[in-house]
Amino acid sequence: MTDVAPVTARRQARARWLLLVPALTVLVFAASGPLLIVLIYSFLTPGDYGGVLWEPSAQGWFSVVFERDFFTDELSLADAHLSIFWRSVKLSLMTAALAFIFGFPTAYFIATRPKEKRDLWMLLIIIPFWTNLLIRTFAIAELIRNEGTVNTLLITMGVIDEPIQMLFTEFAILLGMAYVYLPLMVLPIYASLERLDFSLVEAGYDLYATRWRVLRKVIFPLAKPGVIAGSILVFVPSLGAYVTPRVLGGGKQLMLGNLIELQFGQGRNWPLGAALSLTLLAIVMVALLFYVRAAGGEEGRHG
Amino acid sequence: MIEIDSVTKIFTGRGAPFTALDDVSVTIRENEFFTLLGPSGCGKTTLLRVIAGFIDPTRGRVLLDGQDLLSLPPYRRPVNTVFQNYALFPHMTVAQNIAFGLEMQDRPRAEVSATVEEMLSLVRMTEMAGRKTSEISGGQQQRVALARALAPRPKVLLLDEPLSALDFKLRKEMQLELKRLQSETGITFVFVTHDQEEALTMSDRIAVMNAGEIRQFGGPRDIYDHPAERFVADFIGDTNFLDVTLLSSEGSTARVRLSSGSELDVRAPQADLPPGPATLAIRPEHAQITTPDTAPLRGVLSNIVYFGTDTHFHVELDAAGSFVLRRQNQPDQAQDWAIGDAVGVKVPPGVGQVLQD
Ligand SMILES: Nc1ncnc2c1ncn2[C@@H]1O[C@H](COP(=O)(O)OP(=O)(O)O)[C@@H](O)[C@H]1O
Ligand SMILES: [Mg+2]
Repeated sequence: MTDVAPVTARRQARARWLLLVPALTVLVFAASGPLLIVLIYSFLTPGDYGGVLWEPSAQGWFSVVFERDFFTDELSLADAHLSIFWRSVKLSLMTAALAFIFGFPTAYFIATRPKEKRDLWMLLIIIPFWTNLLIRTFAIAELIRNEGTVNTLLITMGVIDEPIQMLFTEFAILLGMAYVYLPLMVLPIYASLERLDFSLVEAGYDLYATRWRVLRKVIFPLAKPGVIAGSILVFVPSLGAYVTPRVLGGGKQLMLGNLIELQFGQGRNWPLGAALSLTLLAIVMVALLFYVRAAGGEEGRHG
Repeated sequence: MIEIDSVTKIFTGRGAPFTALDDVSVTIRENEFFTLLGPSGCGKTTLLRVIAGFIDPTRGRVLLDGQDLLSLPPYRRPVNTVFQNYALFPHMTVAQNIAFGLEMQDRPRAEVSATVEEMLSLVRMTEMAGRKTSEISGGQQQRVALARALAPRPKVLLLDEPLSALDFKLRKEMQLELKRLQSETGITFVFVTHDQEEALTMSDRIAVMNAGEIRQFGGPRDIYDHPAERFVADFIGDTNFLDVTLLSSEGSTARVRLSSGSELDVRAPQADLPPGPATLAIRPEHAQITTPDTAPLRGVLSNIVYFGTDTHFHVELDAAGSFVLRRQNQPDQAQDWAIGDAVGVKVPPGVGQVLQD
């Protein structure tokens, strides 16, 4: 009787491990494997026509932040790279903020509809997400280009004489990314608002809180896990976005994704591309670390 | 003083319109423990939410000390609610929950912390001040909900079945606690329950509701001893109903003939009832079991149920129907009756109440 329990427990533990095998296989071969290759490539020498030569070199990593003057051999910070890093981080943060500004009221609106209508509203939010990314991006481009819908409308109404240059600006990228990733913000916020007990909102009103204060003191803190999750879900793909800055930034406003692509394409500098990819990964990791700490702190305080 | 004046609430959803409150008028006095009692679905919560401001009535007025409440949003009404599920803020500690109402009123910081301290000790939760609301028991959550609603010193406290989630013993304890809080704070309590015993124990006055209407209104003794109609007599406590013929009535007494043929003097809820068929309501503890010879009602003892505090005798009446008697137990009382005995039911003069249907 006494040793039956441990044996069963051990068998159960083994069964649990077996269940993890598919996931572990995918992790090892589809994630860790390529990552390892990228890591190795980042320490090799670029080949003349792309590819790598198997000679160890730290030049790739070095070029991420520094550049050597072609003539004077002088060492300086790689301004081009740094400004692209900065733009990527800045635009991704702004995208998350913009998606929040539009996503929170949207999620709140849906969560306060009658139960049977919510699914329909959610469907309307998700449908664009099922449309090809390229098509959605070109749709935005069509809207904001100089001869596009918005400018034409403003000119006909007499608000402006000259079209406003919106396409191929940072604003265009921001707009495009916020639009493309909006559902990723709405979904988690909706999930946390849907679980929210609306008698708490009534309790807030009952205890002399105005609408604004109920929103700030009751609804928002309780939706916070959803907001954090949504921000990460928007921030991470924005940081590595390739299509949107390419189409809407027009090759002038590069972001990290475009810079990496450049190294593997025209730049023919695979080690630098690999090093840049890992830098991007590192930034994402730092962001996730923030997320885990914020979410973990929340958990801890909830008990 | 709350004056509820002809308040009607008709819900118009997708289905047929539903009248949840039907011309309800009642005046709640200052500093009283007032109870809305009625079966589930009779409109108690709806009336409470009208007072709190979460539902706009279709018709009628609600005045608090002469001031119109209906024109004020919930956050401007000097009325606080203890919600049925407590609705404590899960992202705040016990103390932060209690402070919430005061902070929303922008009271000075020193006053807030002093009041929170006071409330914590009032509900005996001082040690739990720093706990999350998920880290305390149901009974303690109940106390926090009370403290939170009392802290801003509202003129009226609304309580929607606050004890229904607690187990029996805790409920008894909280009933006394609520009474104590009400008399210590001097705040008017409007308490909702479907539990008649709870209502009788705690209230200064009770309004018995059914299907959106107030059926009877008065003190606990009034309502228990003088139910105005069959619904009230049936809903509150146990009652024996007998078919009788009303012979005559004079003031608050009436003479009835039982189906056994004997006549009785009973109470009448109102003067000048017309003679004819009527119902006589008699509480089980108001009648006495006796030998059959002299009794107005005779029958056979069909069951004896022992309850600890008292014993119930079930009598199959010779005429028709059955009758339940309740007798309080004495220590080591001898078993004086047995199932199958021929017994009589003695009704002391003036204890039954005649009801006209
Ligand atoms: N928002 C609503 N829409 C339609 N009917 C409602 C609504 N709220 C309550 N009711 C109905 O009104 C009646 C009274 O409800 P309620 O006041 O909650 O009863 P109680 O609290 O006495 O149990 C119930 O039959 C309920 O179904
Ligand atoms: Mg109710």
